[in-house]
Order: sequence, then C-alpha cells, then structure tokens
Amino acid sequence: MSTFTPGFAAAGGALIGFAAILLMFTTGRIAGVSGFVSRLLPPYEDRQTIVRLAFIAGLLLAPVLYRLASGEPVALVITSRVPLLLAAGFLVGLGSVLGGGCTSGHGVCGTARLSKRSLVATSVFMAVAIATVFVARHVLGGQ
Amino acid sequence: MQIIATFVSGLLFGLGLCLSGLVNPAKVQSFLDIAGAWDPSLAITMATAVLITWAGYRIVFARRVPLFAGSFQIPPSSGVDARLIAAAAIFGVGWGLVGFCPGPAITALSLASWPAVVFVLAMLAGMGTARQLVAHHRSEMLRSARHLNS
Repeated sequence: MSTFTPGFAAAGGALIGFAAILLMFTTGRIAGVSGFVSRLLPPYEDRQTIVRLAFIAGLLLAPVLYRLASGEPVALVITSRVPLLLAAGFLVGLGSVLGGGCTSGHGVCGTARLSKRSLVATSVFMAVAIATVFVARHVLGGQ
Repeated sequence: MQIIATFVSGLLFGLGLCLSGLVNPAKVQSFLDIAGAWDPSLAITMATAVLITWAGYRIVFARRVPLFAGSFQIPPSSGVDARLIAAAAIFGVGWGLVGFCPGPAITALSLASWPAVVFVLAMLAGMGTARQLVAHHRSEMLRSARHLNS
C-alpha cells in the first residue's frame, strides 16, 4: 500500500519529460533505459559505450543528489524474495530487448511521438503487469 | 558534448524517478493493483512525462538535426508483429511480479539495495540472452537471403 502523492508524481513526470526532450534535442536519441543498458552487452554494433555509461552514471547519481537536496532518503520497499527477483529480472531484460524498449523508450518517448509500435507495446505491458499483480495479490493471495 | 548532455539527461531522469516514487517497487505495485488499495500517483507521472515529451519533441523536431549529432536516431514506428506483442507481455509479467523496470532498477543500485542488485544481474542475463537470440536470428536471415541471391 502507498499514499497518493499527485504533486510529487507530476513533478517527477515533468523531470522525466525534460530528460527525454534534452536527450533528443542534443544527441537525437530516444531516452530508452533498456537500450542504453542492453547495448553494453555483446554483440557490439558501434562505439557508443561511453555515451551509454554516461546516462547510467546520471541515473546512479540521482538518488545521492536527491538525498542531498531534499534531506530525505529515497523510499524503496522490495518485498520479493530472491527466486522471484531472479525470474522477474530475467523476464524484464528478455522482454525489453526482444520488444525493442521498456517503460521509458516505448512508454514515454514512443508514446509521445505516437509510434504505433510503442502504443501497442505500452498497452500490452501495462495490461499484462496489471493482470500479473491482480493474479499474484488477489487470486494466489501472495504478498 | 554528447557525453555531458547524456549524463545530464540521465541525472534528470533519475531525479524524476526518485521524486515521483517510480523508483520504489512497492509504489509501482500499488499503482498496478487497481483491484486493491490503488494508488494512481504513477498514472499522473506517466501522463505528465508523455505530455511534456510530446510537446517538447514537436519543438525539437522542427530542427533538421540535433545540437551535437548529425541526425535524429528514431526507431521504426510501424511494423506491429507477434514478436513485439509477446515481448511486451513477457516484460509486463516481470514488471508486475516485482515492480521494477530497467530505469528504476538501475537507479536503485545506488541505494545499496541488495534485492536491486539481484534483479539487475538477472535483468542483464535476460538482456544478454535476448541480444544473442536477435543476433542469431539476424545472421540466419542474412544467410538465407544470400542463399537466395546466389
């Protein structure tokens, strides 16, 4: 359970939007996290490793800066056990690469440019994720 | 300049994840749990992010080229196939099970969270497997195309 935080939610969404616009404006790229991360793995197609690491370094620095600026730690609650973490992580990695994007690339950037592929992918993964939580919590009655 | 701009973009993106709570799997699962104690906060996050990006892209695409690169690198928008739908469904199951997608999982690594480390290692294994599958599929296609040409 978590509390409704519309102000923080909108402000965070705005920052994500600005990040996507900045990246497209300066480098001509989609702000897709799975794309940046997965292309650090073989087979290698280009020499953009440092650019990709720069995006990941920005992500990693964010919670540190957030804590310094707000004085509050970032809330993080993970109740899943190791076997579930392993299975879910593998599925997220597999699905994002085979589908050419994740919540950022398809869900934000692709949806924003009204890409048909992204609109379909986003609808499917949203619906399936909602169904998965429904089955886990209300049918199987797990955590 | 590309490296600095990409770093700043990653930083803004990560701050957005922290501020909205998208980095927190418990909040993500509350957002996905529409039949339970539903927390719609992250619907506002997604909607705001999409609207702002949509407006910003319209201005950016009025330029012929990006500021620090030779061209825009836009992935294909059309070509919805079974692979896309199956892949999105696989992704959705994983996302729903734990509440992590790639951006938040990577960001959570610097919160010294060992479950995030476990998740990211498995995610990298999944990504690596998928990249090998795609590369193999591509080389098979090339081979059969060459075969047809010769």
